[in-house]
Amino acid sequence: MLLVFSCTSLTFSQQTPATEQTESISIINATAHIGNGELVNNAVIVFEDGIITYVGTDQSKASGTTIEATGKHVYPGFIAPNSTLGLVEIDAVAATGDEDELGKMLPHVRSIIAYNTESKVVESMRPNGVLMGQITPQGGRISGTSSIVQFDAWNWEDAIIKEDDALHLNWPYGFRRSGNWYDPNRRYEQNKNYQPEVEDIYTYFKSAKVYTEENNRDLEKEAMQGVFNGTKRLFVHVNGEKEIRDVISFKEKMNLPNLTIVGAYHAYKVAEELKAADISVLVQRVHQVPNFEDDDYDLPYKLPKLLHDAGLLVALEGSGQMERMNSRNLPFYAGTAAAFGLDKELALQMITLNTAKILGVDDQIGSLEVGKDATLFISEGDALDMKGNKLTRAFIQGRDISLESHQTELYKRYSNKYKD
Amino acid sequence: MKHYLFMLVCCLGLSSFAQDYFPDSKGVKAKTSNYVAITNAIIHVSPSKTLENSSLLFKDGKVVSLGDSKFPENTVIISAKGKHIYPSFIELYSGFGIKDLPKAPRTSQPQYNPNRSGYYWNDHVRPDQSATAHFKFDKKKAEAMRKAGFGTVNTHVTDAFVRGTSALYTLKNGENVNENLLKSNSAQYFAFDKSQQSRQAYPSSIMGFTALLRQFYHDTEAYKNGLISEKDLAIEAFIKNENLPQIFEVSDYLNALRADKIGDQFGVQYTIIGSGDEYKRVQTIKETKARFVLPVDYPNAYDVEDSYLRDYLSLSDMKHWQQAPHNAMMLADNGVEIAFTTKDLKSPSTLHKNLAKSVKLGLDKATALAALTTVPAQILQVSNQLGTLDEGKIANFIITSNELFAKDTRILENWVQGHRFSYGDISQIDISGDYLLTFDNTEYDLSISPKGTSFKASLKNSTNTFKTKLSFENNWLNLIIPVEAQDEAQFHVLSAKIDKQTNQINGKAVLANGTESRFTATKKTSAESDSSKDKNDSKKDNQENSHDILPVTYPNMAYGLSTPNPESKRILFKNATIITGSQQGKLEGYDLLVQDGKIEKIGKDLKSRRAEVIDATGKFLTAGIIDEHSHIAASSVNEGGHNSSAEVKMEDAVNPDDISIYRSLAGGVTTIQLLHGSANPIGGRSAILKLKWGKPAEEMIYDNSPKFIKFALGENVKQSNWGGNSRFPQSRMGVEQVFIDYFTRAKEYGELKASGDTYRVDEELETLLEIINSERFISCHSYVQSEINMLMKVADQFDFNVNTFTHILEGYKVADKMKAHGAGGSTFSDWWAYKYEVNDAIPFNAAIMHEQGVTVAINSDDGEMIRRLNQEAAKSMKYGDVSAEDAWKFVTANPAKLLHIEDRVGTVEEGKDADLVLWNAHPLSIYAKPEKTMIEGVVYFDLEKDLAMRKQIKKERNILINQMMQAKNKGLKTQPIKKKEKEFLHCDSLDHLNHKHN
Repeated sequence: MLLVFSCTSLTFSQQTPATEQTESISIINATAHIGNGELVNNAVIVFEDGIITYVGTDQSKASGTTIEATGKHVYPGFIAPNSTLGLVEIDAVAATGDEDELGKMLPHVRSIIAYNTESKVVESMRPNGVLMGQITPQGGRISGTSSIVQFDAWNWEDAIIKEDDALHLNWPYGFRRSGNWYDPNRRYEQNKNYQPEVEDIYTYFKSAKVYTEENNRDLEKEAMQGVFNGTKRLFVHVNGEKEIRDVISFKEKMNLPNLTIVGAYHAYKVAEELKAADISVLVQRVHQVPNFEDDDYDLPYKLPKLLHDAGLLVALEGSGQMERMNSRNLPFYAGTAAAFGLDKELALQMITLNTAKILGVDDQIGSLEVGKDATLFISEGDALDMKGNKLTRAFIQGRDISLESHQTELYKRYSNKYKD
Repeated sequence: MKHYLFMLVCCLGLSSFAQDYFPDSKGVKAKTSNYVAITNAIIHVSPSKTLENSSLLFKDGKVVSLGDSKFPENTVIISAKGKHIYPSFIELYSGFGIKDLPKAPRTSQPQYNPNRSGYYWNDHVRPDQSATAHFKFDKKKAEAMRKAGFGTVNTHVTDAFVRGTSALYTLKNGENVNENLLKSNSAQYFAFDKSQQSRQAYPSSIMGFTALLRQFYHDTEAYKNGLISEKDLAIEAFIKNENLPQIFEVSDYLNALRADKIGDQFGVQYTIIGSGDEYKRVQTIKETKARFVLPVDYPNAYDVEDSYLRDYLSLSDMKHWQQAPHNAMMLADNGVEIAFTTKDLKSPSTLHKNLAKSVKLGLDKATALAALTTVPAQILQVSNQLGTLDEGKIANFIITSNELFAKDTRILENWVQGHRFSYGDISQIDISGDYLLTFDNTEYDLSISPKGTSFKASLKNSTNTFKTKLSFENNWLNLIIPVEAQDEAQFHVLSAKIDKQTNQINGKAVLANGTESRFTATKKTSAESDSSKDKNDSKKDNQENSHDILPVTYPNMAYGLSTPNPESKRILFKNATIITGSQQGKLEGYDLLVQDGKIEKIGKDLKSRRAEVIDATGKFLTAGIIDEHSHIAASSVNEGGHNSSAEVKMEDAVNPDDISIYRSLAGGVTTIQLLHGSANPIGGRSAILKLKWGKPAEEMIYDNSPKFIKFALGENVKQSNWGGNSRFPQSRMGVEQVFIDYFTRAKEYGELKASGDTYRVDEELETLLEIINSERFISCHSYVQSEINMLMKVADQFDFNVNTFTHILEGYKVADKMKAHGAGGSTFSDWWAYKYEVNDAIPFNAAIMHEQGVTVAINSDDGEMIRRLNQEAAKSMKYGDVSAEDAWKFVTANPAKLLHIEDRVGTVEEGKDADLVLWNAHPLSIYAKPEKTMIEGVVYFDLEKDLAMRKQIKKERNILINQMMQAKNKGLKTQPIKKKEKEFLHCDSLDHLNHKHN
């Protein structure tokens, strides 16, 4: 037993970030899923200094270390947007939670500060291909500012792909729960304060818009400026049809350049208007029950397809119950969307390139294209399917990362226990 | 306009049966004893007997004779010409005159012990409560009830579970309540409701209530047999009440069935105070053989004008709006004996309007009258005194302007024990009706209808509607009509004296120009008045009577089936790839014949003439998925009031009307174990269900169901995550002691039973004894290895096996011990990080346990995950390289083994139940979805039928939305849209049924 323990402890520690890429790496003979809908067979992918330098079928382009990947599949790293990974470790242990700050309007509050690169939950993403995330605060009306990170870093600063990328606004609910929480007949009722709550948002945005630094420094207003000048995106968390319509007019009235709605359960009813207003969608977790008793049983499964077919830019998000540990199922959310009608490469696109576009980082990540980060992985099979999603290698910005975790270590330790 | 004020109580001093022995310090102790005769009336002596133009003679508050024309000399004669007389109504459910009892103060920690001593151990059982002890006559409420037609009310303390006895009072003004009290201890009442006088935590769930009542019956029996040595005043009271009518109030039809089931066990037939939704399962309700006392608080239409808000309204809520007024009729037509109550009405005055509606929709009038009079009298066993106006009965009756259930009928007088209460003028002629009015050579349509104690009029001609004023005083009719409809500057005045009921009114017309002439108003026949109504009106009427009433479905909601008894068909699947889950493995290109609900034959080129053939080429046929750990289809999950709740049964909490059932079928699930939650170390007994969507709860439960019980360990049972710290155990150390203690007691109980001595039946210990005797199996919620090992050691001590550890996320650490003990493991595929005790949960758990020879299942514990357990099984191929064949068994054959139903389900083999799923792809592929899900040969989910039902749902929603808009346009009250909150129950879900829902 002692021997086993010492062996285990000698294996590559998943907690240690990988070293910088020093020589070029080429993956050959793979099926490359580019992330933009294209599929390249017998692909050659070359990356140097953390950047992809070649994607094609020309074997002669291979250089440096060559990884033979016949029969295997290469994917761009999956991106989990609207995620609280690294902000909470254990749901029921309050002391491990850092996702929700006190207050209602918190544009100045920044998630990146609390992002824990050493979270055991974060590392458990990597064996499933989820290699990046938009770390997003929750709660309040304006929850705060998110940042985009990759999952192989010593500290939050090193993890940053894009700092303070977006502001998150929770649109008021037209309907909300009322009555005592213990009342068995408790229902959702119309929110009588809906209109005033919407007005509050307008007032806040209007006063932020006219803020100048000639005034005394105002941290909140200062943090708001980016949403007007286009340096920060705005993510509005909203689900109901009427509320979505109100968000559309909010975008127009406030002249906001980049707005994405998150959740978007009823967006399929407003798709045309969303398209006209150039609003993209982070659609709610696919593995969800329908919100309404009368809804189609498969509505959450087919929602991404409905929205895509209507011409919208769509990506998948996974917030909700046990969202952090469940984020590793992101590829299976895409797979389920494909089972309910979406083209498989398109489903993939909704967790890669579309996500990068919506987050405003598609120049850097999201697909296997020259010039982008070499954040990618090799899977034995179809990574959107459980039985195919078996990673053999993964790279983040060219670094050859470990696919071990607290969980694989326990797996090995106990498998070995029974071998003795 | 002048109003008649007949609200005065006209006591004619006829009362004469005051107790003589009461001293009177106010005056002379004189008494009058006159007869009173009401004459010329239509007397509805009973629902089946009506006397036209007859008289009612009574004295001293009792009916003396009917139909006489000669009366004794000292008779006050009152003519009620053309009016109707009915026996007055009897209210069966009321807290009339009962003072509000003190509320127990909130406690910071849950209270586990009772407040009372000398009584039963549970404060919510209060059979000793008596209405008479808390009664104070409530004059205001009495007046409201009299106005609605009631003469007597049976009142009780509407607090607690076993509520004690009621008393029957008349509603004459209670100067001397002794006169009002007809019967004390008239019935014993129950309700699934906790007492506000105590905060005792138990019971906190519906299955806690049912268990408590069963145990209380057992304890009462034991007390009678001298097996309980202490005094218990509650049990003594209950024994005294035993032969009274037993009346049970419920909040929905499911609870009615639950109550009745307890009654069946103990030989008690409850009368049920119903909930108005019984029509949803008429057949099952009928089988209870109970009488139902029905509320008539029909829901208002929802305000659906805002098209965005409509989305939040479910078809089931909308249907209930439309169908609820048909409830009484549907029950009566099916032979259920019904009574009515004003319970839940904002005011008793609504009773008439709502019953008139039900009668219009088809409820038989005699049945409706009986439901207010004779049936309540029978229920209370006072038919010799009340319910009809036969000679010798109490002279409690009402005088109405017209037939009781006609739309505009008013109650003019209510006589209680000879006391007269007047609400209208019985000499007033009823002039309501549609007339053709002619004067000054012009014709108008005149419509007169009752308003308050008088009448109102509406007037139109072919082009205009005129605002008119009508007064009718002392039989003088006065009608003021503007000359121009738009310009109300000049008026014609019509007047006439009306002395008797007539079809033609003649009178004087004084025209605006001063000319005097005559007018006539001729009553139209009903055919004429219908045709003269404008198109809108008649359309509205049609809508109400007609055929747009949506049929009840099973369940009565979206995706419900048209019958609760779908036929099991002979079906032949051709050319399928069958994943048998048995030693046969995968069979490609095979046929499978389903017959009589079983898998009849598997083979090549099967033929069956009468079978429906399904081409399964390119498709996969498997056994239905079995979820070892589920909380769907449950009204309630945790009885958290005690640390052991072995006495509770999840079979009492099955909710067949849960949309999750249908959605789970759409995910290929056919069997679940509905487990109790994990609030207690010893939880409740399981219900093992087939998801037969549309069937009543009882028919979803497995025949000869194997017996299971939920146990739990760890954070939940020590209440780590919700702050309770007053209940033992608070640590894993305590958990072990709870088990040893209970099993020790159960063993002693078993020895007592075996000794042949009489003993007190204890359902909790009976259940635990079954475990020790290996007749009942444990499925234990568990996480960390220490506690898993502990429970196996406890089981060893008492010489039984732990059947299944569920969740069992650290099972991989003790898989060898589990194997040695013989325990199976039913786990999540990849859940972790949600609480501290799952820190070491790994997705490789299933693979390691399986590798060690443990029988492994993958379960959901979740209304979402249950919809795609095939995916969860497939994760074992990713995490730990389990073979496809074995991974598939994790959600079929293995859970069947763990649940001891492997002889019936879990694999595709000849002779087994035809619980089958047809998939479009290999079920372990993420791209697979079920196309058909069948249980015992009945297809409960079908992809194509699902699409058709979606269309039907849209159509029905539209019909109802339009009807609701019409209701609003008609001026009917509406209510704001509300969305049902669909709660997804997990192990941790605590129930809070312990709150009053009034």
